[in-house]
This record gives sequence, structure tokens and C-alpha cells, in this order.
Amino acid sequence: MAATLLRLSHHSQFARLLHARATEFLQNQDPDLSDSQRTVREAVGKICSDFPDEYWARVDESKKFPTELYDALASQGWLGICLPQRYGGSELGISEAAVMMQTISESGAGMTGASSIHMNIFGLEPVAKFGTEEQKERWLRPLIAGRERACFGVTEPNTGLDTLKLQSTARRNGDGYILSGQKIWISTAQQAEKILILVRTTPRDRVQKPSQGLSLFYTDLQVPEVEITEIPKMGRAAVDTNTLFFDEWHVPEVDRVGPEDEGFKMIIHGMNAERILIGAEALGLGFAAIRRAALYAGERNVFGRPIGQNQGVQHPLAESWMKLEAARMMIYQAARLYDEGYQGGEYANAGKYLAAEAAFEACERAILAHGGMGYAKEYHVERYLREVFIPRIAPVSREMIFNYIGERVLGLPKSY
Amino acid sequence: MSALRILVPVKRVIDYAIKPRINKAQTGVETNGVKHSMNPFDELSVEEAVRLRQRGEDKSSPMKVENILALSAGGPKTPDVLRTAMAMGADRAFHIDVPEADGGPEPLTIAKMLRGVVEKENINLVLLGKQAIDGDQGQTGQMLAGLLGWPQATQASKVEVKDAAGTVEVTHEVDGGIETLRAKLPMIITTDLRLNEPRYASLPNIMKAKKKPLEKKTLADFGVEDTRRLKTLKVTEPPPRKGGGKVEDVDGLVSKLKELGAL
Repeated sequence: MAATLLRLSHHSQFARLLHARATEFLQNQDPDLSDSQRTVREAVGKICSDFPDEYWARVDESKKFPTELYDALASQGWLGICLPQRYGGSELGISEAAVMMQTISESGAGMTGASSIHMNIFGLEPVAKFGTEEQKERWLRPLIAGRERACFGVTEPNTGLDTLKLQSTARRNGDGYILSGQKIWISTAQQAEKILILVRTTPRDRVQKPSQGLSLFYTDLQVPEVEITEIPKMGRAAVDTNTLFFDEWHVPEVDRVGPEDEGFKMIIHGMNAERILIGAEALGLGFAAIRRAALYAGERNVFGRPIGQNQGVQHPLAESWMKLEAARMMIYQAARLYDEGYQGGEYANAGKYLAAEAAFEACERAILAHGGMGYAKEYHVERYLREVFIPRIAPVSREMIFNYIGERVLGLPKSY
Repeated sequence: MSALRILVPVKRVIDYAIKPRINKAQTGVETNGVKHSMNPFDELSVEEAVRLRQRGEDKSSPMKVENILALSAGGPKTPDVLRTAMAMGADRAFHIDVPEADGGPEPLTIAKMLRGVVEKENINLVLLGKQAIDGDQGQTGQMLAGLLGWPQATQASKVEVKDAAGTVEVTHEVDGGIETLRAKLPMIITTDLRLNEPRYASLPNIMKAKKKPLEKKTLADFGVEDTRRLKTLKVTEPPPRKGGGKVEDVDGLVSKLKELGAL
């Protein structure tokens, strides 16, 4: 019967075993997925089944970038899921990209797997939307093919979420610009060939609105004028996060995206999409945690019965599943609305918040369900918990989401 | 015999990684709400058809592949596996609409239907999985060869087209080693695990597969009725395995075997 097939050499059999129950009870309980979402989930799930939890534990331990998954996804065309077909992409929507990111994360890859490709999925939307033909040919093609990696440079150490007060500058110089300043929380900068970077080209006191005067560049990152320093952090050790210091960094004018001083508008364009994707990644991690907890609770016998037979263990997991599913409904509603052209951010923001909180709780409960074993790296859930803080904090804090809803939905005065 | 026109029948079955459970009525395996995918042996035959095409594009190759037709008989979800086959490289697909009740049509019914497809579509090579992992009957390929009066090579671990006249060499593993068979097209080949490593469908190919033609047909289109000759009386779980014991060394093993009366 089916068991004999486990000898199949081309799939990592261990991976399939670990994932068996998961794909069984999560994949089939998504009756709301569209055909194309279902196809994406199945195809991506298949690729990820070659990268079991053990792989992710190993790269977490060795701090080694998960090149193997990145290459597998790139060679099968997945990095271009949202990008134009003309440059090798597939032009699917955020609804499909969200399924892809959730599935990757849910496979046990967590934020490590998701972050290794996250920037490729939607980060270059400003280029796809506002770049010239020449730029798109020059930049999107190698990105989709996996030959070039990109990172994203907006946040600065002295301004945080107050993006409009960015202090890094670019001044005109001959056929280009000279960039000076610093950036922080730049993921994958150790390896990325390119950076999409937002800097001020006109001082705040010389523009009509503070959102003007910022310009967007997409340019070579690995140059001597840029000093890249890794930040040691709580989780996701395999995907580096960095501070950037740069001074007298010459960037040619052909690397500017869109018109000068209009960069903020272009960056803001993809923000709802990014929230949706991060939310989907959080969901994946939460479902992975619940799956592991349920498998463990069903098998671990204490006092003569599986601990999962006790309501004290069973009910928190059941409740977590409900919360994750509720958040999933909102994330996928936000994705659908985004694909239909809806501009509002309330569902993308609220969905990200709910997904991250539900996933956090799920990871915590998964550890508790494991008891002492949950604290051991061997059972993977402690890794999930360390990673699940990322979607709680990034790309926007919980408090800023409350502010957004308070102002935009409830009509209350701005609090900050 | 200028070119290969390949038929690849595929089946949608419970995913091989899933532990099958017997349904409440004890009439078969529970399929409701269980993840399904393409029968793994059929993935091998789709892959081999696509590789024959790739090899055929080489100038020195004796035969090109003209067309790859994927076919599956089943209920409303059957197109899923056909789209997968087309994403892997099949050119078109037939969905034979049959009720899924009682385990679906029997192998002989399927073989007769396939004979009809072979004749209507002028097929000269049929690549089938050696068995489907749900029923494990392993009969369809052989029955089809019998019905058509074609040569067959089962459990292939290597397939090679030798010349433009359609001579094909097929290697398969037998108890004593490796056996190589030679036959001339048209022929039937069933596939085994060592034949190849099926590819993952790439995203651009998945997108292209959505536009490839998928035709819905019935058994009647090929002059076949869903006659049942077998009746399943009862399906039960195998008895649970008893735990084994550990022995220290060979001597311990020998004395244990003696103790159990096995020696």
C-alpha cells in the first residue's frame, strides 16, 4: 500500500512523514481557497517537503543562509509570482503570493524560510510599477531568475517608524547622486547584490508636504562606501539583519526609480501588500506550531493515556486553531480586496495584527503542550516562538496599527 | 513510425504520505477530506514521456515525440491531477467522467476504455504506472496489452528508443538481476520507481497548463460500460504489530530463535 511508496528516493521521506498529518488536516480544511490558490499551495508544499524541520533547525544553528530552498524556489519560477510575465514572472495576485508565503512558513521553515525570499516577492513592486522598460529588463529578470538578490532599505536608527523624518540624504553630483547616512533592520544585506533604498533628496523645510522630497533608488549594494554590520538577534539567525552606514556613496542617475522627490508615494504603494504577506507568514508559523503540538499531544502518554486526551491540553490548541483561522479569513479578505484594487489599509493592518497575535499564542501554547520537551531545540517549537516575534513587530508595530484603526476607522484624533 | 504519440493514464489517489484509514462501513479506505495527489507511479510515467520528448529534440535521436495525452477516469476533482500532468509537460488531457463510488471502475473496464482511446487517438506508446497505490491491483497495463495484442514491458527502470523504425529497449529489475527487453512500437510500458525522478512543475508551466486543452468524456464515448464483476465484502485494518525484542549479539539471536522454536 501507500507505505511501500515511502521508499521513493526523490522525495525526502522524512519530510513527507512529518508533514503528512499537517497537509492532511490543514490543506483540506481550506474550502475557501480558489483553484489557483490551491494549486500554489500544493506545488509550494511539495517543494518545501524536501526541507524538513531538521533542515531549518540546522541553518538556525549554523547561521547559514537557506540557499537550497531559495535556489529550489527560484529555479521553479516562484520568485516571480507577482511580477510581470514579460520578465519571467507569472503575474499572479497577492492572494496567491500570500498562500505561497503561508505554505513556506507552515512547512516548518517559519520566518527563516519566508524572509529568505520575502523581498523578492513583492519588494520590487515599485520598480515593476514605476520603473522604465530598461530598468525592468535590467533588474526584474535577474531577480526572478534568482541570480540577484535584493534587500529593502527604509528604516533608520534615529527615526524608526517615523519614515518621513528620514535623515539619510542624496545630493546631485554630475551624472548621479552622492548618498550619505544610515539604515537599520536591513535583512539579507550580507548577501544581496542590490538594495531598494529611500533617501531624502530635498530637505523637509524646502518641500510643501513632508511626504515629498524623498527619492527611491535601486542600486548595487556591495560597494566599499557601504559598511554592512550584522545585528545578532533572538531568532531567524540564518537570515541576516543589518545596519548600514554609507558615506560619499555614488549612485548613478539610471538607478533612480521614478521621478526625483516622489519616492515615498512609490514605497507606500506596496505597504498593504507587505502587511498581508507578513500576516500570512505568521499564520503559517502558528499552524505549524499547532500541528506539532497536536501530533505530540496525541502520541505522548502520561498517566496511561495521551496527554492530548486531557481537555486542559486539547482546548487551548483548539482555541488557537480557531483564532488562526479567523485571522486567516481576514488576511485572505485583505488579499482579495488588494487584488481587486481596494486601497484602504484597515484589513491589511488588522489582519497582520490578528495573525501575528494568534500565531504568537499558538507558538506559546505549542511549547506548553510539549512541557519540558518544548524547551528543547529538538522539538522545534522554541524556534517557532523565537521567530514569531518578527511578525508581531515588523513591518509595523501593534501600536501603530491601533493608531491607524483609531484614526481611519473610528475617526478619532491622531494620538502621536 | 515517424513520431511517438504517447498516452499516459494517471489516477488521483490518496496522497502516499497519508496513513489510510478504513471507513466506518468497512467497504474501503476513507477518502473524504483526505489529501489526494497523483499516483506516484503515474508521476514516473508522465516524467518519462516528457523526457522522451526532451531526448527526441536532440538531433541524433531516432524519434521525436509528437504528442503526449494524459488521461484520468474519476469524479469532479480529477482535473487536478490532469492539470499537474500538463504542468509537467503533457500537451492535452481527457477527463473520463465516472462515479467514484465503490472504488471506481475495475481494471478491465479501464483497460477496455484505454483500448478505445488508443484506437481513436492513434496512440503508439502507452506509459502506465505499474500499479495505483489505492487498489494495488497492478493489472491495467497488462490487460490493455492483451486487449490490443501489443508487446508489453512491465516495471521499467530504463526506456530507450533505439531506431527510427520504433525499436524500444526496456530494462527492468527481476529477482536475479536486470533484464533487458526489446520490442517494436506500438507497445505498452509500465513504470517502476527507479525509472526517473519526477520533476516539480514550475510556476510558469503551471500557468501554461491552465490553457492546455482538457476534454471531458465518458466511458460510453469509447463504447464501454462500467460493469462490475467483483464485489468487495469487507475491508479491515491489518492487525497491530507486536513490539519486538532486542538481542545483544549473534549468539543471543541464535538462542532466541531456538527458544522460539524457529531453529
